Amino acid sequence: MGQIILEKVSKTFGDVEVIPPLDLTIQDGEFTVFVGPSGCGKSTLLRLIAGLEDMTSGTLKIDGVDATHVPPAKRGLAMVFQSYALYPHMSVRKNIAFPMRMAGVDKAEQDRRIEQAAAALNLTDYLERRPGQLSGGQRQRVAIGRAIVREPEAFLFDEPLSNLDAALRVGMRLEISELHKRLETTMIYVTHDQVEAMTMADKIVVLRAGFIEQVGSPLELYHKPRNSFVAGFIGSPKMNLIEGPEAAKHDAHSIGIRPEHIDVTDSDGLWQGKVAVAEHLGSDTFFHVHGTGLGETLTVRATGELGYKHGDTIHLTPRADQIHRFDASGLRME
Amino acid sequence: MATQHSRSAARLMMAPAVILLLGWMLVPLTMTLFFSFKKYLPMRGGDLGWVGFDNYIRFVTSSAFWPSVTATLVIVLGVLFITVVFGVLLAILLDQPMWGQGIVRILVIAPFFVMPTVSALVWKNMFMDPVNGLFAHLWQAFGLTPVEWLSQASLGSIVMIVSWQWLPFATLILLTAIQSLDSEQLEAAEMDGAPALSRFGYITLPHLSRAITIVVLIQTIFLLSIFAEIFVTTQGSFGTCTLTYLIYQRVLESQNIGLGSAGGIYAVILANIMAVFLMRIVGKNLDA
Repeated sequence: MGQIILEKVSKTFGDVEVIPPLDLTIQDGEFTVFVGPSGCGKSTLLRLIAGLEDMTSGTLKIDGVDATHVPPAKRGLAMVFQSYALYPHMSVRKNIAFPMRMAGVDKAEQDRRIEQAAAALNLTDYLERRPGQLSGGQRQRVAIGRAIVREPEAFLFDEPLSNLDAALRVGMRLEISELHKRLETTMIYVTHDQVEAMTMADKIVVLRAGFIEQVGSPLELYHKPRNSFVAGFIGSPKMNLIEGPEAAKHDAHSIGIRPEHIDVTDSDGLWQGKVAVAEHLGSDTFFHVHGTGLGETLTVRATGELGYKHGDTIHLTPRADQIHRFDASGLRME
Repeated sequence: MATQHSRSAARLMMAPAVILLLGWMLVPLTMTLFFSFKKYLPMRGGDLGWVGFDNYIRFVTSSAFWPSVTATLVIVLGVLFITVVFGVLLAILLDQPMWGQGIVRILVIAPFFVMPTVSALVWKNMFMDPVNGLFAHLWQAFGLTPVEWLSQASLGSIVMIVSWQWLPFATLILLTAIQSLDSEQLEAAEMDGAPALSRFGYITLPHLSRAITIVVLIQTIFLLSIFAEIFVTTQGSFGTCTLTYLIYQRVLESQNIGLGSAGGIYAVILANIMAVFLMRIVGKNLDA
């Protein structure tokens, strides 16, 4: 069981309110991702749940039990840190055994769980090494191993992949997702990378300046962003936000159209502009188009290869059913 | 990178420093060796010729030799123990965020800037004096008989004075080491269920082991040769005559240069044994 409920939780550092009072429920077994730009308070929120920071006000319930003043070790949560925080003078085996040793688990049980975790994480050959002798990905796995053996109510991940290179990050992302499917334990995952959020989450919590902007499944956020911030944050490349007369045509303060929802033609488009940069990825082509009269650069994503180069004039037509409308305060209009 | 040309240029430029250091070391060492085989009494006949290993035998068979070795060990080990233990505690304390941190840190470092002679005199006259000292007044305030520190607890007093001087050094090195400890490691240990004392034992102390070795190494080198503190306070009486002080006594008080030189050679050998021993420990520790 690992249901986590936050009620009116807030945090201030001195005069600065990092997290205004906030409510959030994380269901048992759910993979929840906190995502937002840096400094939005997502790590602080995770640390509040972990107990590494004291809440200024509010209550935290884990499995229906008030855990607001329970020390971190007694909350039954395991955390994986951004820097992995492995103990450098201990072997991998001792690192993984440490939480069990502190909990007084007997030796045979310790060994059993270590072998099990090591087998699951491909660490069996490295158990006698020190963290300094491992690669980044292996260290990451040791940190996860140290969390698994505690058999916690929930896992907390604080930007665990940000120190890895791009290829390894994709691999670890899959491993963590797989781990979640296998363990079915609640996981809370903090990241600033919306791709990680979209690919891994059951539920995404988008944060800005401590406020929860939207909570929902990845596709809900993609299709029905509650406001223009979420619309711009979720999805890659970013959604085009257009203001002015073009938006007024749709009775909105601004409209948003995702790059993949704009069709490119040689002629007869709704808009036209000059290609500033064309990024050819093989599977897709991204055009950054200037001079459309719609404000700044318009980003367009076309499937496959299109032969347009810098300086070419292209015609663009947004798909009418994919236009998002926002009012003056940025809120979504239906 | 290093071409033939740049290597010979480097050698040429290093030469003055190397020659100077070699000379600095070799000339006194050779002179000490030279005198150690002679009977040389400046006030009582001067150079009285070669005597072989007589001086060496006389130095170690003298009744003052073994007590001086013991005194040296007590002082070195005592000071090391006090400075490392209190150094670690002070470093942890100073690492805590507090008001006026900068000033407190400077105050803690201050004793290191006081000359050994001065600090020993201050301790002797202002703290340990059995009539006017601060400790004497304190004892009297509680109705106790003042302790004659430098005669009744002479070795302890000197250990205390020297520790006071070296504690800042240990604290400074250990503080910088503690500041380099990744706070996430401590948080991870906290989440793993380690109480404060275990976190200290399993995380902080292993992290500090390298810094502690360095403190021990450097302090040992300097503590083997402390002199001013003894000269100013007890003049080597009441069992505080260390090996260094014994050599001084042989040369200047007994005016026996040959005997003192033999003692000096013993001290050189002892220091080298210690150095090799410590270098091994440090080498092992710095690898990890």
